[in-house]
Amino acid sequence: MEEFASETDSDYTSYWRDWFVSSRGNEYFCEIDEEYLTDRFNLTGLNTEVHYYQHALDLVNDVFDLDCDDEMREAIEKSARHLYGLVHARYIVTTRGLAKMLDKYKKADFGKCPRVICDSHPLLPMGQSDIPHQKAVKMYCAKCEDIYNPKATRHATIDGAYFGSSFHNILFQVYPALIPEKSRARHMPRVFGFKVHVAAALARWQDGVRVEQQRGLREAGVENAAFLEDEGEVADEEDGFGQGGEQGGEDSREGGCRGRWGHGGGEGVKNVHES
Amino acid sequence: MSVTSSQSPESWISSFCSLIGHEYFAEVSEDFIEDDFNLTGLQSQVPMYKDALEMILDVEPSETGSSAISDEEEEEEDDGLLGEEQDEPGRRRTSHETRRHMRAGSDASVIESSAELLYGLIHARFITSRPGIQQMLEKYELGHFGHCPRVFCSGVKVLPVGRTDTPGQETVKLFCPGCLDVYTPPNSRFQAVDGAFFGTTFGCLFFMTFPDLDLSPRSLRHRTAEEDSSAITAQQNNSDTVVTASRSSSLTLPSAPGMPPTAQIYPTRKEEPIILPEQPATINGMATSNVAPGLGKGKIYEPRIYGFRVSERAKGGPRMRWLRSKPLDINEIDESRIWHAKYGGDPDGDPVAPVDETAGEGNGDGDGDGGGEDAVMASVTGQSQSQQTEGISVPAGQGQGQQGAAAATTVAGRRKAPMRRSKGRGRMGEGLDGGGVGGG
Ligand SMILES: [Zn+2]
Ligand SMILES: [Zn+2]
Repeated sequence: MEEFASETDSDYTSYWRDWFVSSRGNEYFCEIDEEYLTDRFNLTGLNTEVHYYQHALDLVNDVFDLDCDDEMREAIEKSARHLYGLVHARYIVTTRGLAKMLDKYKKADFGKCPRVICDSHPLLPMGQSDIPHQKAVKMYCAKCEDIYNPKATRHATIDGAYFGSSFHNILFQVYPALIPEKSRARHMPRVFGFKVHVAAALARWQDGVRVEQQRGLREAGVENAAFLEDEGEVADEEDGFGQGGEQGGEDSREGGCRGRWGHGGGEGVKNVHES
Repeated sequence: MSVTSSQSPESWISSFCSLIGHEYFAEVSEDFIEDDFNLTGLQSQVPMYKDALEMILDVEPSETGSSAISDEEEEEEDDGLLGEEQDEPGRRRTSHETRRHMRAGSDASVIESSAELLYGLIHARFITSRPGIQQMLEKYELGHFGHCPRVFCSGVKVLPVGRTDTPGQETVKLFCPGCLDVYTPPNSRFQAVDGAFFGTTFGCLFFMTFPDLDLSPRSLRHRTAEEDSSAITAQQNNSDTVVTASRSSSLTLPSAPGMPPTAQIYPTRKEEPIILPEQPATINGMATSNVAPGLGKGKIYEPRIYGFRVSERAKGGPRMRWLRSKPLDINEIDESRIWHAKYGGDPDGDPVAPVDETAGEGNGDGDGDGGGEDAVMASVTGQSQSQQTEGISVPAGQGQGQQGAAAATTVAGRRKAPMRRSKGRGRMGEGLDGGGVGGG
């Protein structure tokens, strides 16, 4: 069998799959090995989930030879796409599937985290449910451990079940070296250089949660409980944007607002930007 | 009421705002620009300032190359003619072509980029002024700035902001009131827009000015519809009419390799019902329901493998929950209330309460968190109080009686509050010199 490294196993064997993964809007899918698709064991249960199951499977495997009208053909085509998606969810948690998706991840084929502090960390597609027709695909960022809507509308209607709720977490279990370092940096809203009280209070509360968590993990002997900024283990930590040196009170420090008076604090709108 | 009617369709300002990528900009009114006070300090930041200003205002450039809108010295030199012309509305509004023609070719592009810089810097000030913030409110409500990409924010609308007030540093970002975080605009066209043209203050000032904006996901009707449609159209590339709703549709998948049925059943931990103390209606002027509605219990992503929660103690276990956390009992972050409960005084009390003094001392002594925080708090609370005591009106429908609501309209009040404290004032100055204040 061809190795997964080659995108097209051969023109003859992967015509439909090749077409499918290279279609616009299907950028998140990897190509499922023919080997995997032809092993019935891997398809267990899908016959009840997919209309015209056998025809759809034949189409995916390029052995479709039913003579039918366009309407029927279209229905089968649609079923084939659904079938491919459902098999895809299973395939991408196999060794070969993970490797293929990892490859795409490394190329940032799934896009980058929109959160500014995450600094364009690559995303992974995921589903909030493993049941089809429930939730559209979402994008997982391993840096902030949060999920986002896909940027492009052409991806907004892809079924999340085609990726499933486990794949992205399994990937990091299998490749722990890829777990990104976590950062404590956060956005701190300001008005005229002042930290906004409610936001600052919430941030302090959240920092308390984090410190508590870190302590718990250390006590439990968990290794990687540290954050990027933890290096020096200073009590009074910098927590800015990672954008130091700018005007606007970027000298934020935890533990009080002693250094917080920003530029123009307390000035009126009109001349607040002076200096 | 927003789009300033004084501008003719072909004015520099409106054509600037209609450029692709400039969708976030408000149209700064000429009144605002013509008030010299609003331009204080910009002259030194913008090359060819006068020409740039003329361009923005569609003023015909003077022959000497110096401006018709001049500072006092030049006004004298130019005397009669120009001075009179300035009062003549017809003289303005030269079309761009003509104007360009009159300037030397190389100059024109320099002036054009200076004009864009100048407009941006004025814009950052304008949108923190009353008419400006009002205009941005309209754009916000029309969804001109888009929605938060974060799933658990459920499509809360975002606001363009800068992370610095210095031009040339960073492009415009989007601030989400749901998660209090900032995001890169989805469309790359905005990657050419300077964040300083929106500034660091606008984002929060906006939500403090309009504390009653409905940020709940339910209010975002069209988004909810979208979310419903994410009860997906079965297949991708669906350009067809045939409904192939699967036969077993929502029934659980039969057991299959790699996909045990447990994957669908998210075990919910049994939890004791929590009885919360009474929640305040507002915290520091913000409606409690508007304090980061996208954060907290149920709004934090929980990694699962085959339906089972990934333990925090696992190697790749979750480490970032704190970032999206919020106390169930919001009183926990009502620091002013907590502080006053501890040290006495009334959080809603007199603006010249002893709090200020204490806060000042706290600062000096490096007295730990409490004192320091309160300095901020004092200033913010001070603002809202002066707003009330000085009887500055809040925009209609903003709930006059509400504490806080540090509206743009209360800038005067805001300025006064911290100035009452001589100590605080001095410290602010130090802060300007690179924040050497703190430490301790
Ligand atoms: Zn992220
Ligand atoms: Zn958000």
